[in-house]
Order: sequence, then structure tokens, then C-alpha cells
Amino acid sequence: MKQNLLNITNLHVTAGGKDILNGIDLKINKGEIHVIMGPNGSGKTTTANAILNNPMYEKTEGSIIFDGEDITSSKTDEIARKGVFMSFQLPEEIPGITVTNFLKYAKSKQTNEPVKIFSFKNELKKYMEELNMNPNNMERSLNVGFSGGEKKKNEILQMLVLNPKLAILDETDSGLDVDAINTVSKGIQMFKNENNAVLIITHNTKILKNLTVDYVHILVDGKIVKTGSQELAKEIEENGYSKYKN
Amino acid sequence: MKTQVEEINRNIYDFKNDDNYEYKIKKGLTPEIIEEISKQKGDPDWMREFRLKALEVYNKLEMPTWGPDISELNMDEIATYVKPKTTLSNSWEDVPEDIKSTFDKLGIPEAEKTSLAGVGAQYDSEVVYHSMKEDLIKQGVIYTDMETAVRDYPDIVKKHFMKCVPVSDHKFAALHGAVWSGGSFVYVPKGVKVDIPLQSYFRLNSPESGQFEHTLIIVEEGASLHFIEGCSAPKYNKVNLHAGCVELYVKDNAYLRYSTIENWSKNMLNLNTKKAIVGKNAKMDWVSGSFGSKISMLYPMSILNGEGSRTEFTGISFAGGGQNLDNGFKVVHNAPNTSSVVNAKSISKNGGKCTYRSLVKISSNAPHSKSSVSCESLMLDDMSISDTIPTNDIETDDVEFSHEAKIGKISDKTIFYLMSRGLSEEDAKAMIVRGFAYPISKELPVEYAVEMNRLINLELEGAIG
Repeated sequence: MKQNLLNITNLHVTAGGKDILNGIDLKINKGEIHVIMGPNGSGKTTTANAILNNPMYEKTEGSIIFDGEDITSSKTDEIARKGVFMSFQLPEEIPGITVTNFLKYAKSKQTNEPVKIFSFKNELKKYMEELNMNPNNMERSLNVGFSGGEKKKNEILQMLVLNPKLAILDETDSGLDVDAINTVSKGIQMFKNENNAVLIITHNTKILKNLTVDYVHILVDGKIVKTGSQELAKEIEENGYSKYKN
Repeated sequence: MKTQVEEINRNIYDFKNDDNYEYKIKKGLTPEIIEEISKQKGDPDWMREFRLKALEVYNKLEMPTWGPDISELNMDEIATYVKPKTTLSNSWEDVPEDIKSTFDKLGIPEAEKTSLAGVGAQYDSEVVYHSMKEDLIKQGVIYTDMETAVRDYPDIVKKHFMKCVPVSDHKFAALHGAVWSGGSFVYVPKGVKVDIPLQSYFRLNSPESGQFEHTLIIVEEGASLHFIEGCSAPKYNKVNLHAGCVELYVKDNAYLRYSTIENWSKNMLNLNTKKAIVGKNAKMDWVSGSFGSKISMLYPMSILNGEGSRTEFTGISFAGGGQNLDNGFKVVHNAPNTSSVVNAKSISKNGGKCTYRSLVKISSNAPHSKSSVSCESLMLDDMSISDTIPTNDIETDDVEFSHEAKIGKISDKTIFYLMSRGLSEEDAKAMIVRGFAYPISKELPVEYAVEMNRLINLELEGAIG
């Protein structure tokens, strides 16, 4: 039997006084790829933020167990260090901190031991090549002046370097051209193994093309209204969500 | 968000009117006190007379009527600040605990700790710098303490001493002229390029040198120098007034880079005066970090007197709770084709206040001049205050001038982003602040940049003061 990694039970979340998630249940096992699809405003990004306990979102009910530990009220950085990663829709810009230095620092926080600079830089270079990233970006300030595509690739780079147990990709493919989407998809394949899991939040199926998706969940009005296989994603792409809306 | 400056507390001026003048004179600075200082220092006659004249000016000048409230500085008691240290018991036990622990955290060696605290014996750096000094001496470079310069190089000193910053500049310049003590003297002869930065790091050691020290640097035609002053450990003085003076002469085609990190203990009023006169096609670069002190009024100034002269100012101030740092930069464009670039940053937290106060003057005789000013403030919480008070006085149309001011706060989104990568909230804030300060720290030699970052971390932790 597969080992459970994430177990969300009856999660209710409000933000700015509005109910956004109305009782979500989601189980992700090691080795699986899950996809959440849903119309705008259905609570996809909120789900991702709630897992990482973004203080902008308030959990009113329910629980989140990650790798056997209750992380419902844990601090974001603790959750991250336990092995949850999120690729942001709009990654923040940090002037004056280079990509290399940022990742080196984050990695040392993650592993709790100093990073060996030479091998670390080589690892970074290797990943950047695979992701068709300009190697000069290593020494640029994190995300500052990066194009939308560069920022998204940089998120995938961070995922590869930090090597979490669960990677949540919040619309990482949105706004990307076909080549960039393929690069992101390649990054996911490089990352994925039997001991970790990926949760992809997306609007389209292009990014799923080369991936073996285990489950597709349809999120409407803060509830998962249907769960199916990769076929479900195709159906949504063809017919939209109207069938699932009230 | 922009916050207005608080109403200036005028108590001190009101008080003055009601005061008994006779009484004040008695308790104030007297020629006798100045004579005593002069005697102790072994001044030549000309310097003793200079001091006495400065005292006359000091007694005539009024306190500044602008800027932060410095009414806690009891000018009636000024004599006790400047009297030779007969009444001070300089002992390590008297140094506040927070400063001692900061020394430890910065990794300052034991011998330097005591000297930085102003309580130790002279820390002997001569050995460290001996070979370097040999080289410089061969090239005719003079690098010595100010007292020695007055004694050994009277002609050069007489020609330049308080000519750039005249005693009539303001009350504290006059005070400085009367009671100055300690400091560095550097003379770089024509055409000599000093490759390695000269540091006064180890010179900030004699017990009284941190209060009214005088720095005089002369870079002759076509010569170049990088001078670094100060260090990032908090300098503790029992008396809470610092009125130093820095005079920099950058002659035609010369280059001077003056880097400084000032970190005063948090009981200190830092009223330092720094000025440079820049000759034809010469360049003056300032790199300045201002930490510590309770109140700081620090406005380095470049006077661009030579055609085609240039200046650049890169500075950062960090104010924590109870601190009011009123810092900035002044430039006077006094010849054609001159240029100035200012990049000033400030960080305030825990109710600290940072003000960028500046002057850009472009005279009518300075056509085709350029000035570009950018100042950026970062407030770490809602209690902190940041303000910008620029004065621009432009007397000719034929100039390029820009002034850009940005005031910002660390956004919750950015903190969440960094925390989602495993950084604690404190680590996240420190990283953002380090990044913000990077354009300044990259201008510093690496060991100073490292120390400045450490210092920023300590300030963020609230470990200092």
C-alpha cells in the first residue's frame, strides 16, 4: 500500500471575511501526481496557501496532516522545512540577493547544514541548463527584472534545488509559451520520484501531456465536486466547468 | 506611506531667553579651559591661538534652529564634555553590557574591544601596517595622527586646517576648532596612486579620539587614495557628544574615495561635519554607513570647484527604537560640467526615525552640470518614521537634474514567499534588509561589508541597545 504524504480533512478557510474553502478533503500519497482544476475564484490558490498556512488565510475548521504530522497551525517556514514547496503564480522580487545566494541560504535552512559551494554551484548550473535558463541569472537579484517565463522557471529551479517531499505548482504554466511549458513539465519529471508527490493547479492540460497523472480533482465554490483520472482533465478542456457549477 | 516630521521642540531656545547669561558663561567654555587643553596637547602657538579664536566664534554662534531636537545636550555643561578627562574614570567595568556583548557578536579581538570602548591602552597597529607604511613613505605619502601632523608638518596643516570647514560654519564646527583632539592626517603627493585602502580602523583607539577627532586628507594633483574610517563596533564614549570634523582636499585630476561606517553607542549625539573640496576633473566618492547614536546630524558635502569635477555619494542609515538619524548629503556645483550622483538609503524599525536631508546647489557659473539623486527608505513596521527633506537650489537652466524618493515597507507577501522556502520570519526580514543595503555594502571592502551585514543582523535582532 502507498504511503500517505498529505491528508486534508474537511478544510474550511476564510480570507478577508469571505468563506473560500467549504470543506475540502484531499489525500495525496507518495509517488503520486495530483491535479486541481477549477473555474476562477473556486479556491485553488487558497488551497495551496492554506497548506503552507499563509497568515492571510484563516482556517476555521478541518485539519492538514503532512507526513504523519499535524501541520494545520504550523508556521509557514516550519511546513516548508518539513518538505512542502509551493511554486508561486507571482514570485516576489528580492533586490540585492542573488539567485545563488538565496538558494544557498534556503538550502542550508532546509538541510540544517552548511552548503558546499563548489558542488552546489555545479548542481545549480546543471539544473539551469536542463531548464534552458540563462546561466547569468545565477548572479542576478532574485526575480528582479526577470520576465514572466524566467520567474516561473526560477520557481522550478528552486523546487529542484530544495527537493521537497511535496511540490505544489500554482498555475506555474499560466502565461507561458509552449516551449516554456514543456521546460516546466521536464522539470517536474526530473523532480518526481517514488518518495515525493506533486500537486499541480492548472487551467489547461498542456503541462500534463508528458506526465503520468494519478488523480484530477475539480474544485468549484470551495469544494471538490469530482475526482477522476487524467481523462477528466481532457473532458474539462473540451466542455468547461458548466456541468459542475450549480 | 509618508509621515510628517514632528514639530521641532523649541524648548531649548525659549529656555535660553529666560536664562541667566552670567551664570552660563561661568559654566560654559572658558579661555582657561582651552589653554589647558592646548597645553596638555603640546600645541604650537599658532594652534593655541586658533583654538582661542574658535572659542570666540563658538560663544557667538547660536544653536541650530532646525533638524532634530538636541535640547538634551546641555550647552551650559559643555565644559564638562570637553575638559581633559580628569574626572572620567575609564574602566572596562563602566562599559555597558550591551556594547560588550556586541563586541563578542562581531568577533572583535579582545585588545581592540578595550580600545574601541575607549578604555584601553593604545592598541598597537604599527606592526601590522609597518611594511605597508615603508612603501608609502618611499612615495612621500604621509599618514599619521593629527597631533603629529601639527607638530611635524605645520606648513601643510596651517594651509588646510579648518579652511574647508571654517569654524564659522556652525556652532559645533567652532566647538570642534576649539577643542579638537586626535584623528588622522593623510597627505598623498602629486601623481602618487595609493593602491591599497588606508584604514584608520586601528587608529580609533586613544581614549579621547572618538569625540572631537579631526581628519585631514590632502590628495594632490593626479594622485589617488581610498581612505576608510571607523569600524562597525559600537564606539562607546562616556560623554554623549561627538563633534568630529573631516576635511578632504581633492586637487585637480585627483581621486579620493572616503568610506566610513559610523556606529556610535546609543546615548550619543553625533554632530559630525564632513566636507570635500574637489578640483578640476577630480572625483570624490563617499561611502557612508550610519548606525547607532541617539541623534545624528550628518551631511557630508562636496564642493565641486573645478571644471569637470564629479562626486558620488552612497550612504545608508539604520535607525532603531529611540533613534533619530537626520542624515543626508550636500553638493555645491560651482563650475561648468560638474556632476553629482546620490544614492541614499535608510532603514527604520521599532519607532526609529530616519530623515534624508539634502542640498543640491547648482550655481549660475555651473552650466552643463548634472545631478541625480535617489533616496529610498524602508520601514520595518508601522511605528517607524521616514522622511525626505530635499533642498534644491538651481541657478542655471542648462542642467540635468533629477530627484527620486521612494518610501516603502516590507510586504507580508514577500515575507510569506521567503518563509515558504524555509526561512523564519526573522531570517526573511534580515534577507530583505541585507538585499536593500547591498548597493551600499558592495561599495565597501569585503571585510567591512561582512561586518556591516553582521551589524544589520544584530540591529534586526535588537541585540544592540
